[in-house]
Amino acid sequence: MKTVQAESSDQAAKLPVARRQAAMAVLAACEAAAIDARLGDLGALPAFTMLREPEQGLVMLRGRVGGDGAAFNLGEATVSRAALRLASGEVGFGYTLGRDRTKARLIALCDALLQSAGHAAAIETQVIAPLRAELEARRLEKARQTAATKVDFYTLVRGEG
Amino acid sequence: MYVAVKGGERAIDNAHRLLADTRRGDRAVPELTLDQISEQLALGVDRVMSEGSLYDRELAALAIKQARGDLIEAIFLVRAFRATLPRFGASEPVDTGAMAIQRRISSTFKDIPGGQILGPTFDYTHRLLDPQLAGSCDPAEPASAEASDAPTPRVTDILRQDGLIEDSPVAADDAPVGDLTREPLNFPADRDLRLQNLARADEGFLLALGYSTQRGYGRNHPFAGEIRFGEVDVYFEAEDAGFAVPLGSIALTECQMVNQFKGSATEAPRFTRGYGLAFGQSERKAMSMALVDRALRASELGEDVKAPAQDEEFVMSHSDNVQATGFVEHLKLPHYVDFQSELGLLRKLRADFEQAAPQMQEAAE
Repeated sequence: MKTVQAESSDQAAKLPVARRQAAMAVLAACEAAAIDARLGDLGALPAFTMLREPEQGLVMLRGRVGGDGAAFNLGEATVSRAALRLASGEVGFGYTLGRDRTKARLIALCDALLQSAGHAAAIETQVIAPLRAELEARRLEKARQTAATKVDFYTLVRGEG
Repeated sequence: MYVAVKGGERAIDNAHRLLADTRRGDRAVPELTLDQISEQLALGVDRVMSEGSLYDRELAALAIKQARGDLIEAIFLVRAFRATLPRFGASEPVDTGAMAIQRRISSTFKDIPGGQILGPTFDYTHRLLDPQLAGSCDPAEPASAEASDAPTPRVTDILRQDGLIEDSPVAADDAPVGDLTREPLNFPADRDLRLQNLARADEGFLLALGYSTQRGYGRNHPFAGEIRFGEVDVYFEAEDAGFAVPLGSIALTECQMVNQFKGSATEAPRFTRGYGLAFGQSERKAMSMALVDRALRASELGEDVKAPAQDEEFVMSHSDNVQATGFVEHLKLPHYVDFQSELGLLRKLRADFEQAAPQMQEAAE
Protein backbone atom coordinates (compact mmCIF):
# COMPACT_ATOMS: atom_id res chain seq x y z
CA MET A 1 0.00 0.00 0.00
CA LYS A 2 2.80 2.41 0.84
CA THR A 3 4.28 2.29 -2.65
CA VAL A 4 0.87 2.98 -4.15
CA GLN A 5 0.43 6.00 -1.95
CA ALA A 6 3.88 7.41 -2.71
CA GLU A 7 3.35 7.04 -6.44
CA SER A 8 -0.08 8.53 -6.34
CA SER A 9 1.04 11.69 -4.58
CA ASP A 10 3.81 11.90 -7.17
CA GLN A 11 1.21 11.63 -9.93
CA ALA A 12 -1.08 14.08 -8.24
CA ALA A 13 1.62 16.70 -8.58
CA LYS A 14 1.35 16.40 -12.37
CA LEU A 15 -2.42 16.66 -12.69
CA PRO A 16 -4.56 18.83 -10.42
CA VAL A 17 -6.57 16.69 -8.04
CA ALA A 18 -9.65 18.76 -8.83
CA ARG A 19 -9.64 17.55 -12.45
CA ARG A 20 -9.36 13.94 -11.39
CA GLN A 21 -12.17 14.43 -8.85
CA ALA A 22 -14.36 16.07 -11.47
CA ALA A 23 -13.81 13.15 -13.86
CA MET A 24 -14.42 10.60 -11.09
CA ALA A 25 -17.66 12.35 -10.12
CA VAL A 26 -18.96 11.98 -13.67
CA LEU A 27 -17.89 8.35 -13.92
CA ALA A 28 -19.32 7.41 -10.51
CA ALA A 29 -22.72 8.69 -11.65
CA CYS A 30 -22.70 6.55 -14.83
CA GLU A 31 -23.42 2.90 -15.50
CA ALA A 32 -20.42 0.64 -16.13
CA ALA A 33 -21.76 -0.24 -19.59
CA ALA A 34 -21.84 3.44 -20.61
CA ILE A 35 -18.22 3.96 -19.51
CA ASP A 36 -17.15 0.74 -21.19
CA ALA A 37 -18.80 1.70 -24.46
CA ARG A 38 -17.03 5.10 -24.52
CA LEU A 39 -13.68 3.52 -23.68
CA GLY A 40 -14.27 0.93 -26.39
CA ASP A 41 -14.53 3.72 -28.96
CA LEU A 42 -11.00 4.85 -28.15
CA GLY A 43 -9.41 1.80 -29.78
CA ALA A 44 -6.37 0.07 -28.28
CA LEU A 45 -5.64 1.08 -24.69
CA PRO A 46 -2.32 0.65 -22.92
CA ALA A 47 -1.69 -2.43 -20.80
CA PHE A 48 -2.04 -2.16 -17.05
CA THR A 49 -1.51 -4.24 -13.93
CA MET A 50 -3.97 -4.33 -11.06
CA LEU A 51 -2.60 -2.90 -7.81
CA ARG A 52 -5.85 -3.62 -6.02
CA GLU A 53 -8.18 -6.19 -7.51
CA PRO A 54 -11.71 -4.79 -7.65
CA GLU A 55 -13.39 -5.42 -4.29
CA GLN A 56 -16.65 -4.66 -2.51
CA GLY A 57 -16.94 -3.12 0.91
CA LEU A 58 -18.81 -0.59 2.98
CA VAL A 59 -18.40 3.09 3.73
CA MET A 60 -20.14 4.59 6.74
CA LEU A 61 -22.07 7.62 5.48
CA ARG A 62 -21.99 10.61 7.78
CA GLY A 63 -24.36 13.49 8.27
CA ARG A 64 -24.14 16.54 10.53
CA VAL A 65 -26.33 17.37 13.52
CA GLY A 66 -28.78 20.00 12.26
CA GLY A 67 -27.21 19.72 8.79
CA ASP A 68 -24.32 21.98 9.78
CA GLY A 69 -23.02 20.73 13.15
CA ALA A 70 -20.92 17.87 14.48
CA ALA A 71 -20.77 14.66 12.44
CA PHE A 72 -22.83 11.56 13.18
CA ASN A 73 -23.03 8.13 11.54
CA LEU A 74 -26.14 7.89 9.40
CA GLY A 75 -25.75 4.39 7.95
CA GLU A 76 -23.52 2.48 5.58
CA ALA A 77 -23.42 2.18 1.79
CA THR A 78 -21.95 -0.50 -0.43
CA VAL A 79 -18.85 0.72 -2.25
CA SER A 80 -16.57 -0.91 -4.82
CA ARG A 81 -12.94 0.06 -5.41
CA ALA A 82 -9.94 -0.84 -7.52
CA ALA A 83 -6.45 0.48 -8.28
CA LEU A 84 -4.21 -0.17 -11.27
CA ARG A 85 -0.98 0.99 -12.88
CA LEU A 86 -0.44 1.59 -16.57
CA ALA A 87 2.67 0.17 -18.21
CA SER A 88 3.84 3.79 -18.45
CA GLY A 89 3.60 4.15 -14.64
CA GLU A 90 0.44 6.20 -14.04
CA VAL A 91 -1.61 4.91 -11.11
CA GLY A 92 -5.39 5.19 -11.22
CA PHE A 93 -7.99 4.71 -8.51
CA GLY A 94 -11.62 3.76 -8.92
CA TYR A 95 -14.26 4.21 -6.23
CA THR A 96 -18.01 4.05 -6.63
CA LEU A 97 -21.17 3.49 -4.63
CA GLY A 98 -22.68 0.07 -5.26
CA ARG A 99 -21.35 -3.42 -5.87
CA ASP A 100 -20.25 -3.12 -9.49
CA ARG A 101 -16.59 -4.16 -9.43
CA THR A 102 -16.23 -3.75 -13.20
CA LYS A 103 -17.26 -0.12 -12.84
CA ALA A 104 -14.62 0.46 -10.14
CA ARG A 105 -11.97 -0.99 -12.46
CA LEU A 106 -13.15 1.16 -15.39
CA ILE A 107 -13.04 4.30 -13.24
CA ALA A 108 -9.51 3.41 -12.09
CA LEU A 109 -8.49 2.91 -15.74
CA CYS A 110 -9.95 6.29 -16.74
CA ASP A 111 -8.21 7.95 -13.77
CA ALA A 112 -4.88 6.49 -14.84
CA LEU A 113 -5.36 7.39 -18.51
CA LEU A 114 -6.32 10.93 -17.53
CA GLN A 115 -2.89 11.32 -15.97
CA SER A 116 -1.10 9.99 -19.01
CA ALA A 117 -0.05 12.72 -21.43
CA GLY A 118 -0.81 10.53 -24.43
CA HIS A 119 -4.38 9.70 -23.41
CA ALA A 120 -5.62 12.57 -21.25
CA ALA A 121 -7.17 14.54 -24.11
CA ALA A 122 -9.00 11.54 -25.55
CA ILE A 123 -10.36 10.52 -22.15
CA GLU A 124 -11.47 14.06 -21.40
CA THR A 125 -13.15 14.73 -24.75
CA GLN A 126 -14.42 11.29 -25.81
CA VAL A 127 -15.31 9.69 -22.46
CA ILE A 128 -15.82 12.26 -19.71
CA ALA A 129 -17.29 15.13 -21.75
CA PRO A 130 -20.04 13.14 -23.50
CA LEU A 131 -20.95 11.29 -20.30
CA ARG A 132 -21.06 14.61 -18.45
CA ALA A 133 -23.34 16.02 -21.15
CA GLU A 134 -25.72 13.06 -20.78
CA LEU A 135 -25.80 13.46 -16.99
CA GLU A 136 -26.33 17.19 -17.31
CA ALA A 137 -29.25 16.67 -19.70
CA ARG A 138 -30.87 14.23 -17.26
CA ARG A 139 -30.21 16.57 -14.33
CA LEU A 140 -31.73 19.49 -16.22
CA GLU A 141 -34.84 17.52 -17.17
CA LYS A 142 -35.35 16.56 -13.53
CA ALA A 143 -34.70 20.15 -12.41
CA ARG A 144 -37.32 21.41 -14.91
CA GLN A 145 -39.90 18.91 -13.70
CA THR A 146 -39.13 19.87 -10.10
CA ALA A 147 -39.35 23.58 -10.92
CA ALA A 148 -42.88 23.05 -12.28
CA THR A 149 -43.98 22.05 -8.75
CA LYS A 150 -42.76 25.29 -7.18
CA VAL A 151 -45.54 27.14 -5.39
CA ASP A 152 -46.29 30.66 -6.61
CA PHE A 153 -48.08 32.33 -3.73
CA TYR A 154 -50.19 35.31 -4.56
CA THR A 155 -51.90 37.58 -2.09
CA LEU A 156 -55.63 38.08 -2.34
CA VAL A 157 -56.56 41.73 -2.07
CA ARG A 158 -59.67 42.32 -0.02
CA GLY A 159 -62.21 44.39 -1.86
CA GLU A 160 -62.78 47.20 0.61
CA GLY A 161 -61.92 50.21 -1.51
CA MET B 1 -34.01 -19.77 28.15
CA TYR B 2 -34.54 -22.21 25.36
CA VAL B 3 -32.52 -25.33 24.59
CA ALA B 4 -31.43 -26.77 21.28
CA VAL B 5 -33.63 -29.54 19.99
CA LYS B 6 -32.85 -31.85 17.12
CA GLY B 7 -35.01 -33.88 14.86
CA GLY B 8 -36.83 -31.35 12.69
CA GLU B 9 -34.36 -31.20 9.79
CA ARG B 10 -36.54 -32.80 7.15
CA ALA B 11 -39.57 -30.79 8.20
CA ILE B 12 -37.49 -27.60 8.12
CA ASP B 13 -36.11 -28.34 4.64
CA ASN B 14 -39.58 -29.02 3.33
CA ALA B 15 -40.98 -25.93 5.02
CA HIS B 16 -38.34 -23.81 3.25
CA ARG B 17 -39.18 -25.48 -0.08
CA LEU B 18 -42.81 -24.67 0.53
CA LEU B 19 -41.85 -21.09 1.44
CA ALA B 20 -39.97 -20.70 -1.86
CA ASP B 21 -42.96 -21.99 -3.78
CA THR B 22 -45.41 -19.81 -1.86
CA ARG B 23 -43.14 -16.79 -2.38
CA ARG B 24 -43.29 -17.33 -6.12
CA GLY B 25 -47.08 -17.67 -5.94
CA ASP B 26 -49.22 -18.47 -8.95
CA ARG B 27 -46.85 -19.31 -11.83
CA ALA B 28 -49.36 -17.84 -14.24
CA VAL B 29 -48.58 -14.41 -12.76
CA PRO B 30 -45.31 -12.86 -14.04
CA GLU B 31 -42.45 -12.87 -11.55
CA LEU B 32 -41.40 -9.51 -10.02
CA THR B 33 -38.04 -8.16 -11.12
CA LEU B 34 -35.77 -6.18 -8.78
CA ASP B 35 -36.04 -3.20 -11.14
CA GLN B 36 -39.82 -3.27 -10.80
CA ILE B 37 -39.55 -3.25 -7.01
CA SER B 38 -36.90 -0.54 -7.02
CA GLU B 39 -38.83 1.68 -9.45
CA GLN B 40 -42.45 1.07 -8.49
CA LEU B 41 -42.22 0.25 -4.78
CA ALA B 42 -39.51 2.86 -4.31
CA LEU B 43 -40.62 4.10 -0.88
CA GLY B 44 -40.58 0.56 0.52
CA VAL B 45 -37.04 0.25 -0.81
CA ASP B 46 -36.14 3.56 0.86
CA ARG B 47 -37.49 2.32 4.18
CA VAL B 48 -35.53 -0.93 3.98
CA MET B 49 -32.35 1.02 3.18
CA SER B 50 -32.93 3.43 6.09
CA GLU B 51 -33.73 0.87 8.75
CA GLY B 52 -31.44 -1.78 7.26
CA SER B 53 -28.83 0.98 7.60
CA LEU B 54 -27.39 0.19 4.18
CA TYR B 55 -27.68 2.36 1.09
CA ASP B 56 -28.02 -0.07 -1.82
CA ARG B 57 -31.30 0.01 -3.77
CA GLU B 58 -30.76 -3.28 -5.53
CA LEU B 59 -30.02 -5.19 -2.32
CA ALA B 60 -33.01 -3.63 -0.58
CA ALA B 61 -35.23 -4.64 -3.54
CA LEU B 62 -33.86 -8.18 -3.39
CA ALA B 63 -34.54 -8.29 0.34
CA ILE B 64 -38.14 -7.15 -0.18
CA LYS B 65 -38.66 -9.84 -2.82
CA GLN B 66 -37.09 -12.54 -0.65
CA ALA B 67 -39.11 -11.39 2.39
CA ARG B 68 -42.38 -11.51 0.40
CA GLY B 69 -42.93 -7.82 1.12
CA ASP B 70 -42.40 -8.16 4.89
CA LEU B 71 -40.31 -5.02 5.35
CA ILE B 72 -38.99 -5.88 8.82
CA GLU B 73 -37.84 -9.28 7.54
CA ALA B 74 -36.23 -7.47 4.59
CA ILE B 75 -34.48 -5.05 6.98
CA PHE B 76 -33.21 -8.08 8.93
CA LEU B 77 -31.78 -9.58 5.70
CA VAL B 78 -30.03 -6.33 4.79
CA ARG B 79 -28.52 -6.01 8.27
CA ALA B 80 -27.22 -9.56 8.04
CA PHE B 81 -25.71 -8.84 4.61
CA ARG B 82 -23.77 -5.80 5.83
CA ALA B 83 -21.95 -8.01 8.31
CA THR B 84 -20.39 -9.90 5.35
CA LEU B 85 -18.45 -6.94 3.93
CA PRO B 86 -15.36 -5.13 5.25
CA ARG B 87 -15.66 -1.43 6.01
CA PHE B 88 -13.31 0.83 4.04
CA GLY B 89 -13.92 3.80 6.34
CA ALA B 90 -16.31 6.70 6.83
CA SER B 91 -17.41 9.33 4.31
CA GLU B 92 -16.96 13.04 4.72
CA PRO B 93 -20.15 14.41 6.31
CA VAL B 94 -22.63 15.12 3.51
CA ASP B 95 -23.65 18.74 2.84
CA THR B 96 -27.45 18.82 2.81
CA GLY B 97 -27.31 22.58 2.13
CA ALA B 98 -25.91 21.74 -1.33
CA MET B 99 -28.65 19.16 -2.03
CA ALA B 100 -30.01 18.89 -5.59
CA ILE B 101 -33.56 19.60 -4.42
CA GLN B 102 -36.50 17.49 -5.58
CA ARG B 103 -38.81 18.63 -2.80
CA ARG B 104 -38.51 21.34 -0.22
CA ILE B 105 -41.21 22.82 1.96
CA SER B 106 -41.38 25.00 5.04
CA SER B 107 -44.37 25.43 7.31
CA THR B 108 -42.77 28.41 9.06
CA PHE B 109 -42.11 30.82 6.18
CA LYS B 110 -44.21 31.24 3.08
CA ASP B 111 -41.50 32.99 1.12
CA ILE B 112 -38.21 31.20 1.53
CA PRO B 113 -35.25 31.88 -0.74
CA GLY B 114 -35.40 29.23 -3.46
CA GLY B 115 -39.14 28.78 -2.92
CA GLN B 116 -41.47 26.06 -1.76
CA ILE B 117 -41.08 23.06 -4.06
CA LEU B 118 -43.67 20.32 -3.73
CA GLY B 119 -41.98 17.64 -5.83
CA PRO B 120 -43.50 14.16 -6.03
CA THR B 121 -45.77 14.10 -2.96
CA PHE B 122 -48.89 12.40 -1.62
CA ASP B 123 -49.79 15.71 0.08
CA TYR B 124 -53.00 17.25 -1.28
CA THR B 125 -54.04 13.99 -2.93
CA HIS B 126 -57.60 12.97 -2.05
CA ARG B 127 -56.64 9.55 -0.72
CA LEU B 128 -59.27 7.96 -2.92
CA LEU B 129 -58.30 4.63 -4.45
CA ASP B 130 -57.57 5.10 -8.13
CA PRO B 131 -59.22 2.36 -10.20
CA GLN B 132 -57.06 3.33 -13.18
CA LEU B 133 -54.02 1.91 -11.40
CA ALA B 134 -55.73 -1.47 -11.22
CA GLY B 135 -54.99 -1.85 -14.92
CA SER B 136 -51.85 -0.70 -16.66
CA CYS B 137 -51.54 3.05 -16.87
CA ASP B 138 -49.44 5.47 -18.78
CA PRO B 139 -49.39 8.74 -16.82
CA ALA B 140 -48.99 12.09 -18.53
CA GLU B 141 -45.49 13.49 -18.95
CA PRO B 142 -44.56 15.65 -15.93
CA ALA B 143 -45.02 19.39 -16.39
CA SER B 144 -41.87 21.34 -17.05
CA ALA B 145 -40.76 24.84 -16.10
CA GLU B 146 -37.57 26.82 -16.30
CA ALA B 147 -35.02 25.32 -13.93
CA SER B 148 -33.75 27.71 -11.31
CA ASP B 149 -30.18 28.10 -10.14
CA ALA B 150 -31.27 30.08 -7.08
CA PRO B 151 -29.62 28.76 -3.92
CA THR B 152 -31.88 26.97 -1.46
CA PRO B 153 -30.39 27.71 1.97
CA ARG B 154 -31.71 25.74 4.92
CA VAL B 155 -34.46 27.59 6.78
CA THR B 156 -32.49 27.10 9.99
CA ASP B 157 -29.55 28.95 8.40
CA ILE B 158 -31.85 31.91 7.74
CA LEU B 159 -33.11 31.93 11.35
CA ARG B 160 -29.58 31.64 12.62
CA GLN B 161 -28.51 34.83 10.86
CA ASP B 162 -30.79 36.75 13.20
CA GLY B 163 -29.76 34.72 16.24
CA LEU B 164 -33.35 33.53 16.61
CA ILE B 165 -32.40 29.85 16.78
CA GLU B 166 -29.71 27.94 18.61
CA ASP B 167 -26.56 26.88 16.76
CA SER B 168 -25.99 23.22 16.00
CA PRO B 169 -23.44 21.62 18.32
CA VAL B 170 -20.03 21.54 16.64
CA ALA B 171 -16.99 19.32 17.01
CA ALA B 172 -13.47 19.30 15.56
CA ASP B 173 -13.22 17.61 12.15
CA ASP B 174 -11.07 14.84 13.59
CA ALA B 175 -13.15 14.35 16.74
CA PRO B 176 -14.22 10.71 17.12
CA VAL B 177 -17.78 9.97 16.01
CA GLY B 178 -19.72 7.44 18.11
CA ASP B 179 -20.69 4.27 16.28
CA LEU B 180 -23.20 1.93 17.90
CA THR B 181 -22.36 -0.81 15.38
CA ARG B 182 -18.87 -0.94 16.86
CA GLU B 183 -19.22 -0.13 20.56
CA PRO B 184 -21.93 -1.25 22.97
CA LEU B 185 -24.42 1.45 23.90
CA ASN B 186 -23.94 3.23 27.22
CA PHE B 187 -26.20 5.78 28.84
CA PRO B 188 -26.31 8.70 28.86
CA ALA B 189 -25.59 8.67 25.12
CA ASP B 190 -24.31 11.66 23.14
CA ARG B 191 -26.30 13.28 20.36
CA ASP B 192 -24.26 11.56 17.61
CA LEU B 193 -25.15 8.11 18.96
CA ARG B 194 -28.77 9.11 19.53
CA LEU B 195 -29.10 10.30 15.92
CA GLN B 196 -27.46 7.13 14.59
CA ASN B 197 -29.88 5.07 16.67
CA LEU B 198 -32.88 7.08 15.46
CA ALA B 199 -31.75 6.92 11.83
CA ARG B 200 -31.89 3.10 12.01
CA ALA B 201 -34.98 3.06 14.18
CA ASP B 202 -38.34 1.57 13.25
CA GLU B 203 -40.50 4.19 11.55
CA GLY B 204 -43.66 3.06 13.34
CA PHE B 205 -42.00 3.26 16.74
CA LEU B 206 -40.68 6.78 16.06
CA LEU B 207 -44.01 7.84 14.57
CA ALA B 208 -45.87 6.78 17.72
CA LEU B 209 -43.33 8.46 20.00
CA GLY B 210 -43.32 11.65 17.93
CA TYR B 211 -47.13 11.64 17.99
CA SER B 212 -47.09 11.18 21.76
CA THR B 213 -45.03 14.37 22.16
CA GLN B 214 -47.60 16.28 20.13
CA ARG B 215 -50.40 14.94 22.33
CA GLY B 216 -48.72 16.23 25.47
CA TYR B 217 -46.31 13.50 26.59
CA GLY B 218 -43.22 15.70 26.52
CA ARG B 219 -44.74 18.55 24.54
CA ASN B 220 -42.19 20.75 22.79
CA HIS B 221 -44.25 22.88 20.36
CA PRO B 222 -42.75 21.90 17.01
CA PHE B 223 -42.95 23.59 13.63
CA ALA B 224 -41.68 21.86 10.50
CA GLY B 225 -39.05 24.51 9.79
CA GLU B 226 -38.09 22.67 6.66
CA ILE B 227 -38.33 19.30 4.97
CA ARG B 228 -36.13 18.68 1.95
CA PHE B 229 -35.57 15.69 -0.27
CA GLY B 230 -33.02 15.30 -3.03
CA GLU B 231 -29.57 14.08 -3.93
CA VAL B 232 -26.31 14.89 -2.17
CA ASP B 233 -22.79 14.03 -3.31
CA VAL B 234 -20.72 11.69 -1.16
CA TYR B 235 -16.95 12.05 -0.81
CA PHE B 236 -14.61 9.57 0.78
CA GLU B 237 -11.08 10.43 1.90
CA ALA B 238 -9.33 7.53 0.18
CA GLU B 239 -6.02 6.69 1.83
CA ASP B 240 -4.55 5.13 -1.29
CA ALA B 241 -5.52 7.97 -3.64
CA GLY B 242 -4.48 10.60 -1.11
CA PHE B 243 -7.51 12.82 -1.66
CA ALA B 244 -11.30 12.84 -1.21
CA VAL B 245 -12.74 10.74 -4.04
CA PRO B 246 -16.36 11.23 -5.14
CA LEU B 247 -18.39 8.05 -4.67
CA GLY B 248 -21.56 9.25 -6.41
CA SER B 249 -24.73 10.69 -4.95
CA ILE B 250 -27.40 9.41 -2.57
CA ALA B 251 -31.01 10.47 -2.02
CA LEU B 252 -31.78 11.84 1.46
CA THR B 253 -34.71 13.38 3.30
CA GLU B 254 -33.89 15.98 5.94
CA CYS B 255 -36.26 17.50 8.49
CA GLN B 256 -35.51 20.52 10.65
CA MET B 257 -37.99 20.91 13.48
CA VAL B 258 -38.09 24.33 15.09
CA ASN B 259 -39.23 24.16 18.69
CA GLN B 260 -40.08 26.44 21.55
CA PHE B 261 -37.65 28.64 23.30
CA LYS B 262 -34.93 28.26 25.75
CA GLY B 263 -33.27 31.16 27.47
CA SER B 264 -31.62 32.00 30.75
CA ALA B 265 -30.65 34.98 32.88
CA THR B 266 -27.62 35.49 30.64
CA GLU B 267 -28.96 34.27 27.27
CA ALA B 268 -31.86 35.66 25.26
CA PRO B 269 -34.59 33.15 24.47
CA ARG B 270 -34.24 31.40 21.11
CA PHE B 271 -35.81 28.57 19.17
CA THR B 272 -34.44 25.10 19.78
CA ARG B 273 -34.06 22.38 17.16
CA GLY B 274 -34.74 18.72 16.46
CA TYR B 275 -33.10 16.99 13.51
CA GLY B 276 -34.09 14.13 11.24
CA LEU B 277 -32.19 12.56 8.33
CA ALA B 278 -33.06 9.39 6.42
CA PHE B 279 -32.10 7.57 3.22
CA GLY B 280 -34.36 8.06 0.21
CA GLN B 281 -37.71 9.81 0.28
CA SER B 282 -38.68 9.01 3.86
CA GLU B 283 -40.57 12.05 5.03
CA ARG B 284 -42.62 10.52 7.85
CA LYS B 285 -39.48 8.89 9.20
CA ALA B 286 -37.41 12.09 9.06
CA MET B 287 -40.18 14.13 10.73
CA SER B 288 -40.73 11.56 13.49
CA MET B 289 -36.99 11.33 14.03
CA ALA B 290 -36.73 15.11 14.42
CA LEU B 291 -39.57 15.16 16.98
CA VAL B 292 -37.96 12.40 19.02
CA ASP B 293 -34.45 13.90 18.69
CA ARG B 294 -35.81 17.11 20.21
CA ALA B 295 -37.70 15.24 22.95
CA LEU B 296 -34.50 13.37 23.89
CA ARG B 297 -32.80 16.72 24.50
CA ALA B 298 -35.11 17.40 27.45
CA SER B 299 -32.51 17.17 30.20
CA GLU B 300 -29.93 19.10 28.15
CA LEU B 301 -32.48 21.92 27.82
CA GLY B 302 -33.54 21.82 31.47
CA GLU B 303 -36.97 20.29 30.85
CA ASP B 304 -38.57 17.69 33.12
CA VAL B 305 -38.04 14.15 31.85
CA LYS B 306 -41.46 12.64 32.37
CA ALA B 307 -42.63 11.17 29.07
CA PRO B 308 -41.49 8.02 27.22
CA ALA B 309 -40.17 9.99 24.23
CA GLN B 310 -37.83 11.92 26.56
CA ASP B 311 -36.34 8.79 28.13
CA GLU B 312 -33.27 7.98 26.06
CA GLU B 313 -32.69 4.56 27.58
CA PHE B 314 -36.28 3.58 26.86
CA VAL B 315 -36.26 5.01 23.33
CA MET B 316 -32.83 3.81 22.24
CA SER B 317 -33.21 0.34 23.74
CA HIS B 318 -36.49 -0.34 21.95
CA SER B 319 -36.17 1.51 18.65
CA ASP B 320 -34.41 -1.18 16.63
CA ASN B 321 -36.94 -3.43 14.92
CA VAL B 322 -34.39 -6.16 14.17
CA GLN B 323 -33.53 -6.49 17.86
CA ALA B 324 -37.18 -6.16 18.82
CA THR B 325 -38.43 -8.75 16.36
CA GLY B 326 -35.61 -11.09 17.36
CA PHE B 327 -36.63 -11.02 20.98
CA VAL B 328 -40.37 -11.13 20.41
CA GLU B 329 -40.14 -13.86 17.77
CA HIS B 330 -37.71 -16.00 19.75
CA LEU B 331 -40.77 -16.94 21.82
CA LYS B 332 -41.64 -19.22 18.88
CA LEU B 333 -38.55 -21.33 19.50
CA PRO B 334 -38.83 -24.45 21.67
CA HIS B 335 -39.00 -23.60 25.37
CA TYR B 336 -39.96 -27.17 26.31
CA VAL B 337 -37.59 -27.56 29.29
CA ASP B 338 -38.42 -24.12 30.72
CA PHE B 339 -42.09 -24.85 30.35
CA GLN B 340 -41.73 -28.31 31.98
CA SER B 341 -40.15 -26.71 35.05
CA GLU B 342 -42.92 -24.10 35.24
CA LEU B 343 -45.48 -26.85 34.83
CA GLY B 344 -43.88 -28.83 37.67
CA LEU B 345 -43.86 -25.79 39.92
CA LEU B 346 -47.48 -25.00 39.13
CA ARG B 347 -48.58 -28.59 39.90
CA LYS B 348 -46.78 -28.47 43.24
CA LEU B 349 -48.40 -25.13 44.12
CA ARG B 350 -51.82 -26.47 43.20
CA ALA B 351 -51.26 -29.63 45.29
CA ASP B 352 -50.23 -27.48 48.26
CA PHE B 353 -53.34 -25.36 47.74
CA GLU B 354 -55.63 -28.43 47.60
CA GLN B 355 -54.05 -29.78 50.79
CA ALA B 356 -54.42 -26.49 52.64
CA ALA B 357 -57.95 -25.83 51.40
CA PRO B 358 -59.93 -28.23 53.73
CA GLN B 359 -58.01 -26.96 56.75
CA MET B 360 -58.74 -23.37 55.76
CA GLN B 361 -62.39 -24.27 55.49
CA GLU B 362 -62.35 -25.88 58.93
CA ALA B 363 -60.65 -22.84 60.40
CA ALA B 364 -63.29 -20.59 58.86
CA GLU B 365 -66.06 -22.70 60.36
